[in-house]
Amino acid sequence: MNPFSYLRVTDVAQAAREGCGAEAKFIAGGTNLLDLMKENVERPQRLIDINGLPLDRIEGTKEGGLRIGALVRNADLAAHKEVRNRYPLLSSALLAGASPQLRNMATTGGNIMQRTRCYYFYDVATPCNKRDPGSGCGAIGGVNRIHAILGASDLCIATHPSDMCVAMAALDAKVNVSGPDGDRSIPFTDFHRLPGDTPERDNELQRGELITSIDLPAHTFPKHYTYLKVRDRLSYAFALVSVAVALEMDGGRIVQARIALGGVAHKPWRRRDAEQILEGGTPDGKAYIRSAQALLAGARGQGDNDFKIELAQRTIVRALTQAARGTPQPQTRKSIV
Amino acid sequence: MDQLPLHFSVNGKQHALSVDVSATLLDTLRERLGLTGTKKGCDHGQCGACTVLSDGRRINACLTLAVMHEGRAITTIEGIASGDDLHALQKAFIAHDAFQCGYCTPGQICSAVGMIHEGHVGTPEGRPAADDALRDVVREFMSGNLCRCGAYTNIVDAIMDVLHQQDRS
Repeated sequence: MNPFSYLRVTDVAQAAREGCGAEAKFIAGGTNLLDLMKENVERPQRLIDINGLPLDRIEGTKEGGLRIGALVRNADLAAHKEVRNRYPLLSSALLAGASPQLRNMATTGGNIMQRTRCYYFYDVATPCNKRDPGSGCGAIGGVNRIHAILGASDLCIATHPSDMCVAMAALDAKVNVSGPDGDRSIPFTDFHRLPGDTPERDNELQRGELITSIDLPAHTFPKHYTYLKVRDRLSYAFALVSVAVALEMDGGRIVQARIALGGVAHKPWRRRDAEQILEGGTPDGKAYIRSAQALLAGARGQGDNDFKIELAQRTIVRALTQAARGTPQPQTRKSIV
Repeated sequence: MDQLPLHFSVNGKQHALSVDVSATLLDTLRERLGLTGTKKGCDHGQCGACTVLSDGRRINACLTLAVMHEGRAITTIEGIASGDDLHALQKAFIAHDAFQCGYCTPGQICSAVGMIHEGHVGTPEGRPAADDALRDVVREFMSGNLCRCGAYTNIVDAIMDVLHQQDRS
């Protein structure tokens, strides 16, 4: 690791102030940042340890939703009674990710801020526009089995690796941030960016801004949901394709539908028009396919990952089937239900 | 390199050290305190050989800075037994031949201690009654610990044995 200085902060304003410093990084769980520092991908000169901030609570909001402190650990969030009962999609997605040790360390804010696992981003001997803007992209024309099929650019085809974020996008969460210019709230689906011509920017945070909490709306989708993750091994692997589905059903009809994809783009992938195809109708395999095709409109393979387009369509259809039937994919039983 | 004071307990013993801020918990345990039971496998949080307990929670000691554990209580494999009386999981790993080379074993045992303490087999669906379903839960919640010798079957046997012992007592 490169040398750095280390500071513990105890209030959010101090964190935002210190976070404005050049080459400063916040550290919470540290599971991704320290790994990247060992690889020389991240080279902060100053680490600001935010673990002492009072952001580790889960509490109800006055709108009837839930506010999750940015420092709540992934394991605690997944196990929290309100989350399990009211937002089981979020609990399921969390348990699909990483390992128990990592979930004990990793925080809600850190999960959102984690960086791509693109091999070329990690390998400093290769070009990468995200790590080193203007250097080129090793993945385009390279080994790109794990890469994006949606929303990619000519400069970057990396994917966002989180499972938790896919559920939060489906649930219409909001990201609350605090910074030198005050507080603001960002819809989850607007928080992460597409690579475009600035792939070095993963999200909309400005310098010094810190995620303080995530708000889940009152709408909970407690029964008709699933998080279906397809990967190269059955545990402890990133998604090739994952699908979060939340449905509100009434008398056999789908009243509301939410579908978000992971493993296919630089951000969790949603399209309202794909969801609206299902709304007002009865659960129907043909409608599922039409919805999947709408969600995957414009999908383009890079060679090694061409398989993801059909895999994604099949996974969406299966996930919709699971959610409509009220038989969510268990994260401990590995056969797909 | 910046140095900071670090006060923490390891296996019940208080330590006051001055540590480089970039030192991982893993390197501090092994190199400064001589507790080499905790292994460095991948050093990237992928293998679980470095698993220790911090305030009772299992973590990867390679992916955390020692200075982030100020005031905490760390338990390593050296602190799992009560004197010469081995922990039930240590006994079960021997009884079930749950290792070959042994390099992953300290991490496996610390991880299993953490898993049982966490109340898993408390999944969202609750602990299954059937043994084969419970084995699936154990395998999933032990997935952060790799064994290159492939002793997984016996590792799960050892953990299942301890879970059943606890059910009986």
